[in-house]
Amino acid sequence: MGMTIAEKILAKKSGRAKVSPGDLVTVEVDTVVVMDNNFMPSQWRDVLEVRDPERIVVAHDHRAPASTVASASAHVTGRKFVEKFGIKRFHDVGAQQGISHQLVADYGYALPGSVLICGDSHTCSAGVFNCIARGVGTPDIVYGCVTGTAWFKVGATVRYELTGRLPRAVTAKDAFLQIAGQYGDHATMNVEYGGSGIASLSINARKTLTTMSAELSAEFATFEADEALIEWVRARNPTPFEPVAPDPDAQYAAVREVDLSTLQPLVAFPDSVVGNSRPVADAAGVKIDQAFIGSCANGTLEDLTLAAEVLKGRQVATHTRLLITPASQIVYREAARSGILSILADAGAVVTPATCGACGGGSMGVLGPNETCITATTRNFKGRMGDPSARIFMGSPATVAASAIRGVITDPREFLK
Amino acid sequence: MKYTGRVWKFEDNINTDLILPIVAFYMTPEEQARYVFKANRPGWVDQIKPGDIIIGGKNFGMGSSRPAARSLKTLQIGCLIAHSINGLFFRNAVNWALPAMECPNVPEAFDEGDIAEIDFDECVVRNLTKGTVLKSERVPPELVSIVEAGGIYALLEKKGAIAAKAPA
Repeated sequence: MGMTIAEKILAKKSGRAKVSPGDLVTVEVDTVVVMDNNFMPSQWRDVLEVRDPERIVVAHDHRAPASTVASASAHVTGRKFVEKFGIKRFHDVGAQQGISHQLVADYGYALPGSVLICGDSHTCSAGVFNCIARGVGTPDIVYGCVTGTAWFKVGATVRYELTGRLPRAVTAKDAFLQIAGQYGDHATMNVEYGGSGIASLSINARKTLTTMSAELSAEFATFEADEALIEWVRARNPTPFEPVAPDPDAQYAAVREVDLSTLQPLVAFPDSVVGNSRPVADAAGVKIDQAFIGSCANGTLEDLTLAAEVLKGRQVATHTRLLITPASQIVYREAARSGILSILADAGAVVTPATCGACGGGSMGVLGPNETCITATTRNFKGRMGDPSARIFMGSPATVAASAIRGVITDPREFLK
Repeated sequence: MKYTGRVWKFEDNINTDLILPIVAFYMTPEEQARYVFKANRPGWVDQIKPGDIIIGGKNFGMGSSRPAARSLKTLQIGCLIAHSINGLFFRNAVNWALPAMECPNVPEAFDEGDIAEIDFDECVVRNLTKGTVLKSERVPPELVSIVEAGGIYALLEKKGAIAAKAPA
């Protein structure tokens, strides 16, 4: 019996010929991404030795620039850690700042066939690069830095065969909401994306799917490799790598087809991402106080460009705030150079520096009591973005931009014909 | 590893924002623990006793990587049993030394207040109040030893790889 992509990487990195669901394996970790939350005084321990500083990346992303004294002290601790071990791949507040998962894409840190861990739950984002990547806790991060290893329980894999091409104004976010709405959570299981339809999806669009797979509670979310992916990584990282394909007789818990051409704009209603998707029409007309585009799921240049396409020559409604947070300063600077930022700002959007920011209720756009927000980010749990009485709807950047113009939840097809 | 205690029941899909809300994020672990289930079950932290057992439904602990499992440990919860436990929450439970085990259909076998006995070696959950027994999933012995050792930090401290105290 063959293995899925995740199983093949877990087997190789644990030195076994084969792994099966239920096995517990200890694997070599190629990349450990440490972020500012890990350095919080309540979580971090002073590390006295690391296995290999070359394997470590440090990114101050959740609260950058620092929003409180606690987050500022986390940054101080992070800088000391970097200095102590001579870590070269360091993303502090500045030109190389960004959300860790976007930096992994921008700088090609995740090589196909490799293992990556990071202290944030949306780490499965990096699985877009045909690797296995998992969000872990701070103790795992410290353990990974010290030993260069991590333990994983092997889960069964669900495969999604994507076919067709997305219609106009329908995005990978809508494709994700379709999957999350129809199939619910995938707890303790891996998700594998492949099929003829992936060729029509950009790397950024695919990354929305892998990032959002954290909301499916997936262990690993991994894309099959193709030329576009290989070129993306080669353009950013000179290290050789070997892509991993599933065995032809790989065993899946389920194989499900998603025909992208049949999809429509969807929104997740407040408090849960899974099992909560409905057509935009079902929420149309709901008045919104805040609209937000950003995060590791929807802060790419492509997301900002789509929002600009909707907003060009139009204005954000007077009672509504539109906040846009690029996922990295590379994205921010490219958007500035190409004129996208001007279009967004002229329309009335407030563009913030690259950070996790309002997505996690950390800073720059926290919601007040009884406010309503529509967000193109990662998560809409009660209290996630501020006061627990606030309601958080989730949609694509196009849906959020269209809603910001009208001041009520709006189908983006009104603006993207 | 064996635990006996009074049962508190929670529904499916309990998420990490309910266990460790963002408003408590900058606080000390002891202060953070005061916020456990404040949004969905206010006052609960004052009703529990050390050694009490949480019984959850599906996908307990979904969401963030934040140290929510540690808050339950800080409250001296003896053990977590759920129909299924979120993968990230489970690894945090192991690494913060909170004993946790999956036991299919466990919510149906207990009423709140029943006394449960959890046996990690025999892989069984007993309802001592009702006299019933359920077969649970096996927690790999390697992970049980991390919990018994006091979690990942205790192991790394012993190796001399990290400092004994959190930074001031």
